[in-house]
Amino acid sequence: MRRLLPAIASLLAVAGLLSALPFVLSAYNVSLAARVGIFFVAILGLNILTGYTGQISIGHGAFMAIGGYTTAVMSQDHHTNLVVTMLMAFAICFVLGLILGLPALRLSGVYLALATFALAVSVPQLPLKWSKFLGGRDGVQTSRTVSHVWLYGAAWAASAILFVLAWLILRGRVGRAFRAVRDSEIAAVASGIELPVYKTLAFGISAAYAGVAGSLLVLATNGFAEPSEFGIVLSLQLLVGAAVAGLGSLWGILAGAAFVGLLPAVSSGVPVIGSSHGRDVVFGAAVVLVMLLLPDGFAGLLKRLRRLARA
Amino acid sequence: MAKGLLALDHARLRFGGIVALDDVSLEVAEGSIVGLIGPNGAGKTTAFNAITRLYRLDSGDVLFDGHSLRRVRPSRVIRLGIARTFQNLELFPRLTVLENVLVGAHASSRLQREAEQRRQALETMADVGIAEHAGRPASGLPFGTLKRVELARALASRPRVLLLDEPAGGLNHQEVDELVGLIRRLRDERELTILLVEHHMRLVMQVCEHVHVLDFGRTIAAGAPADVQRNPAVIEAYLGGELAA
Repeated sequence: MRRLLPAIASLLAVAGLLSALPFVLSAYNVSLAARVGIFFVAILGLNILTGYTGQISIGHGAFMAIGGYTTAVMSQDHHTNLVVTMLMAFAICFVLGLILGLPALRLSGVYLALATFALAVSVPQLPLKWSKFLGGRDGVQTSRTVSHVWLYGAAWAASAILFVLAWLILRGRVGRAFRAVRDSEIAAVASGIELPVYKTLAFGISAAYAGVAGSLLVLATNGFAEPSEFGIVLSLQLLVGAAVAGLGSLWGILAGAAFVGLLPAVSSGVPVIGSSHGRDVVFGAAVVLVMLLLPDGFAGLLKRLRRLARA
Repeated sequence: MAKGLLALDHARLRFGGIVALDDVSLEVAEGSIVGLIGPNGAGKTTAFNAITRLYRLDSGDVLFDGHSLRRVRPSRVIRLGIARTFQNLELFPRLTVLENVLVGAHASSRLQREAEQRRQALETMADVGIAEHAGRPASGLPFGTLKRVELARALASRPRVLLLDEPAGGLNHQEVDELVGLIRRLRDERELTILLVEHHMRLVMQVCEHVHVLDFGRTIAAGAPADVQRNPAVIEAYLGGELAA
């Protein structure tokens, strides 16, 4: 228990800071901070798959799309409570993640990356095919929209709950099995770990997290779910966020989420590089810089600082 | 039908044009320590991989306690009571030593509390002399220590049969003598049956009660260590090397 004290203390400090923010920030900044919370959820989930279990995905934007459309359709057609639609997004994406994780069992490395890439490209096209049900290019809108503060609260409450859930999953036998699969599949099998079970489970959990993030993202865009929101760039942002956070650790995720959630907005405010292309260049340069300086992401930096403090 | 606790029964396995196991039959009696030796490429590690189901035999069978393992998935082998170590280490480098050992208990720990699992893992680690490394990541520790981490990980599953792939790899004379004592003690205290692959003849001669010699996938001799050591076919296979000396 004593070992956990610093961790719990810093978590409470972050939680306290986050609950104070909506009272001091402008409405625009609250919406930005909510966006960071949305990325937090998705990156947390992707880190369980890619960071802990070693299975790369550049397709989790697809699960965000599925979660987002779940919220929009359920709200528009059935006036379902928005929080309930998030739980549905979680459940639906969990099951779809398990199913889509099955073909991934036969793939690894670059091949898995390409297969998940295909997911990211194809899923957002589905609304165009089933436009009656999913609104085609125009998208679907929820029956009610929410305020910036509501969204902020929902995003960070979801972050907190899902962070604790992730911690509980990862701390014991299951989390060890995930990391064992990542480090050596042969030794994992020889130790009795069923690779198909743990790989698909990690896929399911990470997809469920992405689903909730997708729900929130739709609410952040005035309740509109439309194909263009969930393009391949979103999937790439999640992977970049997970790498910046630090793969295989929970302690850098806030930084990773802030990086992908805030950097585009912040850099577009700089006059010289204010154009959209300039923004992409800044983002790219920042990614290269972070990866060069912090190969293990912010979690790696925290670890190094802690070691320095102890020495 | 073989009688030992563990047996290969007319095992055949080929990779392309290479015959890795050519009609190999061997038995490991319950409670014994058996050595599997032979020159490089003789098929020793292949035999281990066949027993643990990482490789599928073309024909023949693996028998454990009288039951065929032909239809057993690789991840089930440890649940039946067969644990192994690897020649060139297959550890989880980013897990701590303690976590590595805890993974070894994965199959047997489903209903155990985490604290109880940890206590048992630490006990096992103390038993093989690596307790002081518990909190360190497995990467970066010396080879000999890592060999013991693998040993502890295998023991954590509470196996009936232990397969050791070159346990003396990278050890000096004195360490080999210690290993002889450790292997014997583990067998006695934990009622293990041990099959080991080893190049280090000093270890084999001291610790094994029975030796099985492979060359190019074929059994060329089997018997008591002293007899095998004098066997002309064995001396020939080793080109009159260490064994003759």
